[in-house]
Amino acid sequence: MRNRIVAAAAGLAVAVLGAAGTAHAGKDLDAVKSRGSVNCGVGIGTAGFMLADSQGKWKGLSVDVCRAVAAAIFGDAEKVRYVPLTSQQRFTAVQSSEVDIVMGNATYTLTRDTALGLDFTGVYYYDGQGFLVPKKLGVKSAKELNGATVCVAPGTTTELNLADYFRANKMTFKPVVIEKVDEIRSAFFSGRCDVYTTDASSLAATRAANVPPPQTFDDYVILPEIISKEPLGPVVRHGDNQFADIVRWALYAMLEAEEYSITSKNVDEMLKSDNPAIKRILGVTPGMGKALGVDEKWVYNIVKQVGNYGESFERNVGMGSPLKIARGQNALWTQGGLQYAPPIR
Amino acid sequence: MTDAMPVGDRKPLPPPVDETGVVGWARKNLFSSWGNGITTIVLIAAVVWILNWFLEWALFTANFTATTGSECRGGGACWALIREKFRYIFFGSFPYQQHWRPLFAVITMLAMLVLSADRRMWNWRLLVIWGVGSFITFLLMFGQIHIPLSLILFVALAGGVIGLTLRSALAPSSERMAYYALIGIGVVGLALRIAGVLPKWSIAIAPLSYVETSLWGGLPVTLILATYGLAFAFPYGILLALGRRSNLPLIKGLCVGFIELIRGVPLISLLIMASVMLPLFLPSGTTIDKFLRAQVAVILFAGAYIAEVIRGGLQSLPKGQFEAADAMGLNYPQKTLLIILPQALRVVIPPLINTFIGFFKDTSLVLIIGIFDFLNTANQALVDPNWAGFPGEVYLFAAFVYFIFCFSMSRYSKYLEFELNKGTRR
Repeated sequence: MRNRIVAAAAGLAVAVLGAAGTAHAGKDLDAVKSRGSVNCGVGIGTAGFMLADSQGKWKGLSVDVCRAVAAAIFGDAEKVRYVPLTSQQRFTAVQSSEVDIVMGNATYTLTRDTALGLDFTGVYYYDGQGFLVPKKLGVKSAKELNGATVCVAPGTTTELNLADYFRANKMTFKPVVIEKVDEIRSAFFSGRCDVYTTDASSLAATRAANVPPPQTFDDYVILPEIISKEPLGPVVRHGDNQFADIVRWALYAMLEAEEYSITSKNVDEMLKSDNPAIKRILGVTPGMGKALGVDEKWVYNIVKQVGNYGESFERNVGMGSPLKIARGQNALWTQGGLQYAPPIR
Repeated sequence: MTDAMPVGDRKPLPPPVDETGVVGWARKNLFSSWGNGITTIVLIAAVVWILNWFLEWALFTANFTATTGSECRGGGACWALIREKFRYIFFGSFPYQQHWRPLFAVITMLAMLVLSADRRMWNWRLLVIWGVGSFITFLLMFGQIHIPLSLILFVALAGGVIGLTLRSALAPSSERMAYYALIGIGVVGLALRIAGVLPKWSIAIAPLSYVETSLWGGLPVTLILATYGLAFAFPYGILLALGRRSNLPLIKGLCVGFIELIRGVPLISLLIMASVMLPLFLPSGTTIDKFLRAQVAVILFAGAYIAEVIRGGLQSLPKGQFEAADAMGLNYPQKTLLIILPQALRVVIPPLINTFIGFFKDTSLVLIIGIFDFLNTANQALVDPNWAGFPGEVYLFAAFVYFIFCFSMSRYSKYLEFELNKGTRR
């Protein structure tokens, strides 16, 4: 949270100091094409979203969106140049053309979308504040947490959300306020508090990585309630709408592919499908690529090389990964989630 | 009385066994009194206990072969994590199949540093070592180097000017003519280049695939930032220190202002300025490489600190040295280079090495602008959820590598003090 405040402050300073950030012609796509790669700003290592693996290759859900953009523009998901950015730098880096997209797990808010000369093009992950509890507590829902001791970082929106939620549900809690993340974790795992609350993705990472032996991953559960909105989206420069469109629809294409059950495994067979929607999506019936200004096989390339949204989710943060985050709000709208792509037609 | 031995033949008795050898030493130093004896025993017990615990953790119950983090859990140290991650920790995101390149770059840099540590190399050889070493290092790291024409012209100009200033009264006329020729070529060439008469031309040396700085990481980054940061900061710091003692008010004011400004702000703020503010003042579309920006920030910062250290050395020299040099008829560069600096620098070796060691470690602050130096790649290895939960092992490993470097520097400083003070020792 503090990082976000700092980032916002830096962003404001930047916005005041120069209109330089906003004064761009629609040249971004041309620059990307002539360079031959998408400059993708990624945050400093966040498990499941963006992290260099043991071979130094960037992997994660956020990284996959960048790869999808490259696959749409160049037909090759590897044509991405990764630029590691801290949360203080990320918006400046996109304003000053150092990168084309920032996938820094930035929360989509009105001020950021308007004041900084930036555009959010969608939501690749609906994050939000959640609760982590030990299984032996026997709690199935946050509504049963009356009287619990809660570990929380001070002076953040997390703390305010927590108080609001408990008041709204007519429950009481005893806060244990600790500044440093490491200390909060050790306080929680040593049993000083019943509940640890912060963004759900971070809870999942904590559960995957920081449970001290002899306790294990399975001794802890993340409760299903999410009590705040932290939608994470790709950020591009304000000005080049065509490039923003490609970034927006690259993500939508991943979602549409999942909706129509097109996966990286079956995409070649799907080319022979009779379904007119699938034919349109995969470019068998031409038109969509031309409208977007990319190759007609753009969705085919994305799905073949990166996978659909569900595949990427499961591989990076879902059940196929150590984080084991449930789809929850990130399930498709057809399965009770919030992920909803406008139709490709 | 007949059996009395002559005095001279009598063998002295050996000292009592508890006065010599191991026992004697222990009695004198460890058990000289009851209090000391008890302290010794308690401390030995503590050391044995800690060592026992550490070896148990780090060796006997350690896991060297696990393939995932969960296999490692519960036992002793998880060195399998280092085995899995050491290539990433050392070389970051540099393309995996090409890791031999940063490896040889590191070896080249170390060879360069070791060679230049030898006093016999402190002459024209130093320039050759650094020239060749740097060229190989950057060729390996980048894979391709383009040397633009204007740079060659500029080097010719600079070489001529420096040669002329240093050897003005000493050089034979033929050598002087060569310097004038270099300056002439440089000035004319640069003027023509700016006017657009000469084409934008460069020598391309491209034996390997290009790897940009955003993929660099690990030990080469730490070494490059520290080595070149200090290599450039050192002469720059000398200039600042001399400028601060200058009689010309403008130069003195600029130097004092710069030093105080830099010393007045933390390195982090300078790095953030370089990475967040600077790009906004540049025309849109122009970007300066992030690594270069960090490198320049480190040079400026280190320069200010080194300048103050060197000023201490300059002030320790008696005034007679300056006056004697003037009386010899030496000009300012000659006086400074031949008389003043050799003496001043000798005095400040310990604080200078101290600054060097400090900056070697300070380079890890570049994390805040998203550059992965050695400590930061180690940090990243901890984030991997497959392997997370073993910070002790990773930090111990990183500390070990840092210690090797810093301890070598400190020993070198000791050797250098010994070497350079031969003249003053009795």
